Amino acid sequence: MFDWWDGVYKRIIAHALATAFGLGTPMVFAKEASPVQEFMLENGLKLIVKEDRRAPVVVSQVWYKVGSGYEYSGITGISHMLEHMMFKGTDELAPGEFSRIIAAQGGTENAFTSYDYTAYFQELEKSRLEVSFKLEADRMRDLRLSSDVLALEKQVVMEERRLRTDDDPQSLTLEHFRAVAFKNSPYRNPVIGWMTDIENYQINDLQSWYRQWYAPNNAVVVVVGDVDPAQVKALADKHFGKLAAVELDDIKPRREVSQFGPQRMTVSRPAKVPYLLLGYQAPSLATTEVGWEPYALIVLAAIFDGNEGSRFGKTLRRGQQLAAQLMVDYGLYDRKSTLFMIAGYPTPGTGVDVLETAVLGEVARAQRELVTDEELDRIKIQVVAEDVYAGDSMFYQAMQLGQLEAVGLGWQRRDEFVDRVKAVTAEQVQAVANKYLVEQGLTVAVLEPKAMQDQEAASHNRQDPDVH
Amino acid sequence: MYIRFYLPLLLALLAAPAAATPNIEHWHTANGARVYFVPTRELPMVDIKLVFDGGSARDKNLPGLARFTNSMLQEGAGPYDADAIAERLAMLGAELSTESARDMASVRLRVLSDPVVRDQAVELMQWIVGKPAFAPDTLRRVRGQLLVELQEEQQSPSDVATRTFYANAFEDHPYSLPPSGTEASISAIQRADVQRFHQRYYVSQNVVVVIVGDLDRAQAELLATRVVDRLPEGAPASELPTAPLIEASTNRSIDFPSAQTHIFVGQPALSRLDDDYYAFYVGNHILGGGDFVSLLFEEIRERRGLAYSVGSDIAPMRAEGPFIMRLQTRSEKAGEAVELMRTLLIRFVNEGPTAEQLAAAKKNITGGFPLRIDSNRNIMSYVAMIGFYGLPLDYLSTFNGRIDAITADDVRRVFARHIHPQRLVTVMVGPESSSGNHELGATKASIPANGASSISERRH
Repeated sequence: MFDWWDGVYKRIIAHALATAFGLGTPMVFAKEASPVQEFMLENGLKLIVKEDRRAPVVVSQVWYKVGSGYEYSGITGISHMLEHMMFKGTDELAPGEFSRIIAAQGGTENAFTSYDYTAYFQELEKSRLEVSFKLEADRMRDLRLSSDVLALEKQVVMEERRLRTDDDPQSLTLEHFRAVAFKNSPYRNPVIGWMTDIENYQINDLQSWYRQWYAPNNAVVVVVGDVDPAQVKALADKHFGKLAAVELDDIKPRREVSQFGPQRMTVSRPAKVPYLLLGYQAPSLATTEVGWEPYALIVLAAIFDGNEGSRFGKTLRRGQQLAAQLMVDYGLYDRKSTLFMIAGYPTPGTGVDVLETAVLGEVARAQRELVTDEELDRIKIQVVAEDVYAGDSMFYQAMQLGQLEAVGLGWQRRDEFVDRVKAVTAEQVQAVANKYLVEQGLTVAVLEPKAMQDQEAASHNRQDPDVH
Repeated sequence: MYIRFYLPLLLALLAAPAAATPNIEHWHTANGARVYFVPTRELPMVDIKLVFDGGSARDKNLPGLARFTNSMLQEGAGPYDADAIAERLAMLGAELSTESARDMASVRLRVLSDPVVRDQAVELMQWIVGKPAFAPDTLRRVRGQLLVELQEEQQSPSDVATRTFYANAFEDHPYSLPPSGTEASISAIQRADVQRFHQRYYVSQNVVVVIVGDLDRAQAELLATRVVDRLPEGAPASELPTAPLIEASTNRSIDFPSAQTHIFVGQPALSRLDDDYYAFYVGNHILGGGDFVSLLFEEIRERRGLAYSVGSDIAPMRAEGPFIMRLQTRSEKAGEAVELMRTLLIRFVNEGPTAEQLAAAKKNITGGFPLRIDSNRNIMSYVAMIGFYGLPLDYLSTFNGRIDAITADDVRRVFARHIHPQRLVTVMVGPESSSGNHELGATKASIPANGASSISERRH
């Protein structure tokens, strides 16, 4: 590295970090991130409000603490199925009417289900927040579940599963990989559910799942936008406040059992590109016994693949040219213990075994040698910058708050993140690499492509004129 | 995460307060680059996007050349090799990405507005767009990357259907070429081809510079001048030919080892510069563009459970871009689904919207207007589109008024003008057995295909 650059580089780090943490510099962080306000309704519903006055818009999200990570064998995917049914009418509204009302208000809406939560959202012009609250409060307790509608919507979910998983060889490999990596943890089941379970949901299954989990004391409402928190609180009291709390069942811990050696599996499907998945058992922030370890793991993930200058890019994609794509995923905010995952595929002519050996070589290097100060500094600058960029999306801000609440960590963890990452040392990164990225907790999956027919030939043979 | 709907990014109504519409400032640099600037002072960050008229519509006999050239930009430029560029961007906390589609090839930078950081990032961007190295060893590496991406497309029934649809709908028009190229062309492209393409299209007369963020006008002018400083002046890209309509409807089936059959039905429809766009947009919203309130969604998903994702899109481009209807369904239902989709289109072309449908669509589109421009990123997307296609600077502030003025007759008129039921392209990608159903269905129905598809960006 050139000397002149070294000087500039140090200056930027000092500059960016100092300004970001309010030590005063020309870098104007004009408006302090506006404070988050938290309210607890008497029925146990938590309301989180963040003012963001950049645009006359509001994002409203309702998070339920239920997802596939709460499910049992035989009904996998039922949280997601219920998410679909939530648009199918209540005692007040006909099926689809929810969506028509939001559309008439110019709103955008959707919902999503994950391992740890199910969430529903609307984005609206700011004066229309009450429409969202009224409709969400209605379907929180008064959903009308019918067998006929379920029969039809099951077909939709089966199509969704075919689209997302069955016809996507990488996605299918990931699904089977998780089923092997986890033994007792419910994270072994796919969010969308196994096809046989989807086919066999009964209306009673949906009824009891809804009654069990959809209640104000199992919900968090997050609002970000051009709003007044006190007014939002009043609206929440008016619409959600009248709902009765229910008694929530205890949640069994279902802790993942120890793994006693590496596991290896193969998925053979029609495909063109092989795919490699490695996963190491690791604690999440919610399950760790040592507070800094999850942050050291997230830094380690970034050392490998946080940006194009990280090790995988520099060494495996550009240097040795073994990887065409390689990414790292670590579930810092998962409710249950998680995986530190590395996934990717090789360059043409490179065997997937060669790529695996090279990845394991990088893991060994992280265990053997301390990461450099420069690598750490780059990651710290990156989290500072990303924290600023996050302000550009109200939806993303709401997502961060809602997710942390849904997994029980609390939204305050968001504000700690930059400082906690900043505090991670090279020694800590090395320590977690040696503690968690070990063969005993490793699962490896490989997608072995099975031949597909030659599409060019197939299509040429079957071109035919219109027959109408 | 699993999400219930694919959400098109549109919508919305409500007469937005005039003050909420971004004020777009526009000028030319000394070397002829068109600059569009929107100051947003709330966050200490800047987004910069350079959009070149250098997408795959300019590929000519080397499909993938525009993508190849664009992909090489940040792999070494001026005094920096690929590692140096990557490390410097990381040190600056900056995000740089490149993208190339049919019309546009672009380079985007997001960086903190601090002057030291920003200037360093802009200096990198200058080299990246103006003096890429196109080093031979890097060329080989990027070629391998592009070849793997082509293979990935081949294992995706949706990607296969998209490629096939454009090839069939646009025949000899430049839009028929796949932006990702073909194995033969990607393998054949040489350094000289990439250099020639870059010299022709990455020039200041052929670029739109979009700046959104925490700058004043003087800072923005300086930044714009600097970022295109290393570009030769050159000349604007030539006009594109009009997209011809095929003579008669075609059906193409491709055997694919999947559970679902992916169905696309559509044709070239209209240009982004066509004033019919507004009425077509409203009509398409009713037919299949709305999130979950559309005719296609209602009939195919809600009433029959035939698909998870179904809809129609209009993707207007410099020349006539396609109108496409699209769905995927279990293969035994493919014949039923394609027939239904065609029938719904024909009926809509003949009958147009009801008064209720039109009113609901307008409320949705205009009422959601504030959502379209609620972030730097969204503002950037609109301003880039306005600048690239030379739309009026008051595009955003007049948008709701134009939508409100559309009548049911307008919708009928523009659909009759731009949709030709005897000239539709149908593509079905799925297990062989399903295509038999499809041909049978088409024969019985004597209805030509129509369709909607996944061209535009959709949020999940």
